[in-house]
Order: sequence, then C-alpha cells, then structure tokens
Amino acid sequence: MSNDGQPAQDPLIDEAQAEQRRSAAARLFDIRRVIGGLFVAYGVIVTLIGIFDSRAEIDKAEGVRINLWAGLAMLVFGLLMLLWQWWRPAEAPSPNEQQPDA
Amino acid sequence: MDGDGLRLNMNGLDYLILALYFVTVLGVGFAARRAIRTSVDFFLSGRSLPAWVTGLAFVSANLGALEIIGMAANGAQYGVMTVHYYWIGAVPAMVFLGIVMMPFYYGSKVRSVPEYLRLRFNRPTHLLNAISFAVAQVLIAGVNLYALALVMQALLGWPLWTAIVVGAAIVLAYITIGGLSGAIYNEVLQFFVILAGLIPVTVIGLVKVGGWNGLMDAVGDTKLGEAGLHAWQDTGSTANPLGAQWIGIVFGLGFVLSFGYWTTNFAEVQRALSAKNMSAARRTPIIAAYPKLFIPLVTVIPGLVALVTVKGLGAESGDLQYNNAIPLLMRDLLPNGVLGVAVTGLLASFMAGMAANVSGFNTVFTYDIWQAYIRRDRSDEHYLRVGRWATVGAVVIGIGTAFIAAGFSNIMNYIQALFSVFNAPLFATFIIGMFWKRMSALAGFWSLLLGTLVSLSLYLLYKGGVVDFNSDLEESFWGAGLAFVTAVVVAAIVTPLTSPKRDEELRGLVYGMGGVDLKGDVLTGDAAWYRSPVLLGLIAVALAALFYIPVF
Repeated sequence: MSNDGQPAQDPLIDEAQAEQRRSAAARLFDIRRVIGGLFVAYGVIVTLIGIFDSRAEIDKAEGVRINLWAGLAMLVFGLLMLLWQWWRPAEAPSPNEQQPDA
Repeated sequence: MDGDGLRLNMNGLDYLILALYFVTVLGVGFAARRAIRTSVDFFLSGRSLPAWVTGLAFVSANLGALEIIGMAANGAQYGVMTVHYYWIGAVPAMVFLGIVMMPFYYGSKVRSVPEYLRLRFNRPTHLLNAISFAVAQVLIAGVNLYALALVMQALLGWPLWTAIVVGAAIVLAYITIGGLSGAIYNEVLQFFVILAGLIPVTVIGLVKVGGWNGLMDAVGDTKLGEAGLHAWQDTGSTANPLGAQWIGIVFGLGFVLSFGYWTTNFAEVQRALSAKNMSAARRTPIIAAYPKLFIPLVTVIPGLVALVTVKGLGAESGDLQYNNAIPLLMRDLLPNGVLGVAVTGLLASFMAGMAANVSGFNTVFTYDIWQAYIRRDRSDEHYLRVGRWATVGAVVIGIGTAFIAAGFSNIMNYIQALFSVFNAPLFATFIIGMFWKRMSALAGFWSLLLGTLVSLSLYLLYKGGVVDFNSDLEESFWGAGLAFVTAVVVAAIVTPLTSPKRDEELRGLVYGMGGVDLKGDVLTGDAAWYRSPVLLGLIAVALAALFYIPVF
C-alpha cells in the first residue's frame, strides 16, 4: 500500500465530505459520564438490597451474598468510569480534522 | 414457551432498575440530538468517535438477545465446541477487517458497504447489494424483536404484543432522535449492562456445581458426556456433538461464514466508519475482538451449568428447551436485585441487536437507494429528514417481520439461512474485487447475483426435499461454500471477456493501487505501540489460539 495521492473521487461522497464542515459532532457529550452515573445508581440500589438480604435470598444464591458483591462491584465500576472521565477529559476534535484530504 | 413455568418473581426494586435503564437510554437519545446538524452526523456520528467507543459498539451490535440466548443454548446442546463460534468463527475475521480491509473502507470515505461496491464495480452491483442488505436487515430486526417478545412474555408475563411494541418504540425513539450517536452510545452502555446481568448468573452457577472442576466432572455424566468438554479432539470425523469435521469448522465457519458476516455486514462496519480517524477505525474491530474472546465465559458456561443442574433440559418444546438455559438459571439462582439487573441486561441485548439493524438500514436506504436512485441533488436537510422517516419505516416493518419470524420453529436456523444467502456471495465478490484489480465491473455484478441465486436455490431445494442434508446447519455451511465458489468461478470467467476499470478509478479501493493513507489524519498518541492495529490484532489471534489449549 503506497501512501501517495488521493483515493478515487466521487460526487456523492465529496458532497457529504463538504457537509461535514458544518458538523455538530463536537457537541456530543461524553458517554463515560452516563455509564458511570447509571452504574453508581445501580451499585447503590443493589448494595442496599444486599445489606438487607434475608436468609432465603442468600440461600437461593447458593449462600453467596450476590447482591452485596454485585452491588459493590457495580459501584466501584461506576466510580472508576467517572474518575476516568475526570482524569482524562475528552479532547475536543481539532478544527483541521473537519477537512481531511482538502 | 407458554405457561407460567418460567415466570420470574420480579419485585418493585427490580422494576425500578429496569425503569432506570429505559429512562437512561431515552436520555442518551435526546442528549445526542444536540450533536446532529448534518446527515453525516446522523448516519456516521460525524466521524468523530474514539476507538474504545466504536469498538465496544461493534461487539455490542452483535450481542443481541439471539446471540446470548442462542449461544447459551448451543453451550448446553453442543458443549465446549460452541467456543468455535467465537475463537475461530469471529476473532480472526475481526482482526482481518481491522488490519487489511478497513484502510479501503475508511480511506475511500465511503459511507456504507454498498457504496464501496458502487465505486469498485458499477451501479447495478450497488443497487443489488443495497436492496438485499435492506431486506435482510428488516428481516433480522423482526427476528430480534420476536425473540425478545417471547422472552419477556415468558419471564415477565407481558403479552406478546405489548413486549413487541414497547421494545420497538424505545429503539425507534432513541435512533430517530439521536441518530447513530444515540445508537452507538447506547450500545456501549448496553455492553456493560449485559455483562452486569450475565456475570452474577455465571458466578453463582459455578459455585453451585463446585467450580470449574466440578462442572467438568458433572458434564461428563450428562448426555453430552466427555465429548462435550473438547473443542477439537473428535473433529477428525463427524462423531462429535456439533457433527462437523475440522475442515468444515476451519473453512466453512472460520472462513466463509465468519469473514462474510464480520467483514461485509454494514450493521457492523458502520460502527468503524464512525470512528474519528484511520487509526481508530482500524482498531475498532480489533478492540471488539478482546471482549469477544471472553464472552463464551458468560454464555457457554451458563449453558453447561444449566445442562448439569436443570433436570430434563433439552426438551423439544415447553419450558425446558435449550433456548431457556439462561432464563431458567436466572429463575433458580438470582435473588431480587441482581435479578432486575439480569432482566435489564437481556432487554438491553435485544435492543443492541435491533438498533444495529435499524441504524444500518436507515443509512443504506437513504444514501444508497434514495439519494443514488430516487431523489438526487437535494439539500442535506432533505436526506436527514429521509433518514428519520426511514428509521420509522424500518421499525414498523420490523414489527411486521416479527410475525414472519413467529412462523419459523427454529429462529437460529432461519438466521443462518439468511447469512448463507446474503453474506457469503458478498464476501467472495468483495475479497476478489479488493485484491484483483483486473476484475471488471460486470464480473462483480454477475458474481454477486449468481452467488446469491445458487445459495438461495440450494436452500429452497433443501426445504422442498429435493436435496438432503444431515441438519439445517450443514445446509447453511454448504450453501455458503457453494455461493463462495460460484462467485469465484464467475469472476474468473466473466473478467477476461469484459473490459477492466481504469487504474485511476480504483485508487484507494484496490490493494496495490495506492491512494490509501494509513497515517492520514493521525492524532498525537496514535503512534504509541499499544495503539498499533497490527500488534493488537496479532495478540488477539494468539490469545484465541491459546484459549483453545485447556479445552482441546
């Protein structure tokens, strides 16, 4: 695969490429916040259920306190997602990305 | 699946978990709306997403309810051999897509897989593929919808109609509003929710049977027996649970079916086309290969656990069909709380599958049928509007095809038949066209058409009782293989008789013609060794090979 030159041109594709300059994609929010939020909520709910689990529920799960463990695991996972977002925020796409092969 | 035997004991908190998920999914759709101004934003997320997002969406798009329920069922029915669908039947093709094919897809800036065919061959080839893809997507969307409705009816007692309409309405809402970004973001979320639902079932299941060794011992005593614990050992003949020889597994499943599905299915490839640059696009299927390596842990293992612990599993009909392996374990092992998460995960997996079909359909319909053949040279806003209406159309037709699917007793075989008819000849046409620059436009058309017809005829002859095979699965292996060979032979015969395309028309589309810039829009950090597509891909393939060792 040599690196010289441009791919073959096509009017429909060029049109779409030109439109891309008006793109609003940079306004897309960061999905890590949503994943983190949902899992923190699930983690809290399920952990609380786990704390108050009765003997019958623990016996059903073969003696494993599954609500407690799964709840804590989801809580930690959710917090890690939020931490990752806070530690490495998404970089805004640079303007020259909007005009590839111009 | 009638009667109340599978009914789960869901309480208010379980429903709260489910409701929270629905609200989040719709919220993602609405929030993604802000990022849509052009048709490229709507159909390709403005080509702006990072590789980990597109990679997880890539694997999630394949992780439909059918996949989860079906692979657990296969685990219970065929045992450890089910891992072939992952380690040889998926990972190598995903890596090949990323390393070899993606430079042509992404580099040529095509907006869909059919569009590649328009540039490489001609408009008839393009139209043929666009229409067959659109038809296949709404048929498969219907299957996904029907499969979910069956599960919801059995587990939650919702009427079939309610389950179909509620599921379809939510998918419709978030894709119409949020476009591909809405679909992809939700797929990433779904990926994690699906895992959060399946991991507790697997863990408790393993505790119940006494861990991995306990499971292995117990499977040896079932009707599957010792043979259920080996992936390759008995494949010298067909005397193994899957009834397939190693050569069929390697070439039929590992090459034709798997490469056909993963490398030319636009519902998958679209996720990679929305990546922000060439490096991210190439890494998309390769990043997806890593979770794919591990998914059998949460599908095949629960299948085996169900085989061991559920007495009478494997009935022809009723609650004890193999398809109910995971629902049965959820009923028996999960207390309220994680139960709600697991039900949410199943629902999420259905939506992921259907959303992939619908978002693939609306793009191909708008760009490849409407814009190319019906209304050309309209404003971008026009196509954006058409895309939204195409989404509505796809979901409504999907509800209709759900009732077609209801007419098939074994849904998985229906899907396999669709793949052998649509994907195998397409893959053959693609792979020859991508590597043989002499292949002419007419050869592309006839390869695709005759390959499809041969596979379709074989299927119809088999259904009509004229041709005989051991199983439906064997028919689809042969159908795919024959379609592939037909396409190759037709290309070899027609090409010398017709005129080739000019070299400059093939730039960026065919291997060795130049015009592919692997380092084009490169970002800082993409040069790091851990972001090298080739290295990541080779590690994934090596892991797939290593994973076979303990279950050889």
